[in-house]
Amino acid sequence: MDSFLSRFRNALVLVGLLVVQAIGLAVQIRRPVESGAADSRNVTLARSWVVGLVSPVERLVHFAGHIVRFGWSNYIDLRNVRQQDVALEQQMAQLRLRQAALAEDALQGQRLQALLAFQEHYVASTVAAQVVGTSGSDLSRVLYLDKGAADGLRADMPVITPDGIVGKIRDIFPATAPHTAQVLLINDQTSGAGVILANTRIRAIVRGSTAGQVLITNLTQDDRIKPGEPVLTSGGDQIFPRGLPVGTVQSIVPDPTHQPYTILRVKPAANLFQLEEVLVITGTEPKLPAGVQAELATAAASTAAARAAAEKAVAEAAAARLAAEQQKQEEARSAAEIVADRLPSLTPPAADPSATAKPKATPGTPDAKEPGGAVPRPLPTLHSDRYSPGATPPASSLTPGGAAPPQPAPPPQTNPEP
Amino acid sequence: MTTHSYTSRRELEEHSFNPAVAILVPLAAVVLQALLPRFNYRLAILELPLLITIFFAVSRRSPISGALTGAVIGLLADALTGQPIGVNGMSLTVIGYIAASIGVQVDVEAWTTRVLMNFLFSLGHSLLLFLIVKRLLGLSHEQLLWPYELLRAGVNTVVAMPIFLLLDRTKHIE
Repeated sequence: MDSFLSRFRNALVLVGLLVVQAIGLAVQIRRPVESGAADSRNVTLARSWVVGLVSPVERLVHFAGHIVRFGWSNYIDLRNVRQQDVALEQQMAQLRLRQAALAEDALQGQRLQALLAFQEHYVASTVAAQVVGTSGSDLSRVLYLDKGAADGLRADMPVITPDGIVGKIRDIFPATAPHTAQVLLINDQTSGAGVILANTRIRAIVRGSTAGQVLITNLTQDDRIKPGEPVLTSGGDQIFPRGLPVGTVQSIVPDPTHQPYTILRVKPAANLFQLEEVLVITGTEPKLPAGVQAELATAAASTAAARAAAEKAVAEAAAARLAAEQQKQEEARSAAEIVADRLPSLTPPAADPSATAKPKATPGTPDAKEPGGAVPRPLPTLHSDRYSPGATPPASSLTPGGAAPPQPAPPPQTNPEP
Repeated sequence: MTTHSYTSRRELEEHSFNPAVAILVPLAAVVLQALLPRFNYRLAILELPLLITIFFAVSRRSPISGALTGAVIGLLADALTGQPIGVNGMSLTVIGYIAASIGVQVDVEAWTTRVLMNFLFSLGHSLLLFLIVKRLLGLSHEQLLWPYELLRAGVNTVVAMPIFLLLDRTKHIE
């Protein structure tokens, strides 16, 4: 027996080590490995020891690199800063205009959602964190952040950048590394997120691949889906809030191993290979945060004022244009047209219903708005007599054989009604 | 007068290391492996824990020592990933054992041997990882991209040469 052990000692040690590790693997993968869920307690303990050992070194290196970069970028490499400043100010002005234009739509959308009792989840609070390390392996795409349990981070919190989603918090290490968190990227092969195609409104699941790509593999062939279509989070995974950008469809090819499904390759909106700073969403709420609501209201008010001013300017411009056209038409009228306007018209004035509403014109002058359509009124009498218009009483008031009625007073020196 | 008799290459060229070197170098390899891809993601093609495992295994020329070194370094590397702990550990255990066994038989100080050894072990490491992930973990969509693995083996071989030269200075001949 002793000779057997001494003869195969090396091989036995090798087999023993492999068996122990295989048992360890079996214990760990009892949990589903596909979901990217956190480890069991014992595994987390072992992992947290190593992370607690390595993360201080990573943080130290990160801090040293930050100091060097800060000194270089803020004190040495300041070329073209003024030009960049001017360009950024112009960009900011444009963005403000865009924000003002979109604010009213956002408020309207919120009102409509409230009417429909639709539960939207808005990002209420975030924690900014810096990437201090990676897994160092192509097979596992995880990152380490310089914020952890002590900063309010918990497992399964979504991690984003202003460009799009990055992944989710996979693990935290409260005991050994309270300021470190592990992030599972969306291009890891065990990662997944519920998404919706923005134009076609088709729901799907994005997964990572071995090569670090983001893929959608659970859709059948659909001609409506085109490359370039934006992909957003659907909120169905209960991790990422709805509406965050995921990326754009890059290519669509048939899945050779799972027909009739297709493989949609998604180009991530966030650069997953060069992440420096990320935001961890620590809280969501069904209503817009108060600060954002105030900003939107301000922007909407400024938009309304700007719109009123614009409408007023448009009205003034239209009136000026109309007046100019009328003046031009007056100038362009020939003498014959003017004379024709002054000639009597066969059109009875009563035929025009608007005539009653028109102001009284001066006698002898035709109505300018009725060219040739009105009879000129007679000039007023200077010395009225019994033959003057209106001096004779109407026949209905006369009695056969009766005395003649007294002469009425001469009519006033005004323009009689026709 | 004491006389020495050497009966094998193992007894002739077995090396040992200062404990500080034996602890800090593998630790530094694991930390660097986690740090470098943060600056450039393409640096994830490096396999510094593998290279350090090969170096210590062939230098000590003890299969047990090589297997233990590989297991420890692999488990450390695993703990920083999102994978179950033991994937790299099992692969580097086998690599360390084989490297130490080869070191007993051939002259691993020669450049040609080192180049060939690093290239083949890098390929073998990729193959072992693929088998472990595919068969033991059951990730059916795992694929082995041979062009990329050949590139990885070449890059690691190139990087291994200066590292081995540097670490040669830390050896003590027993």
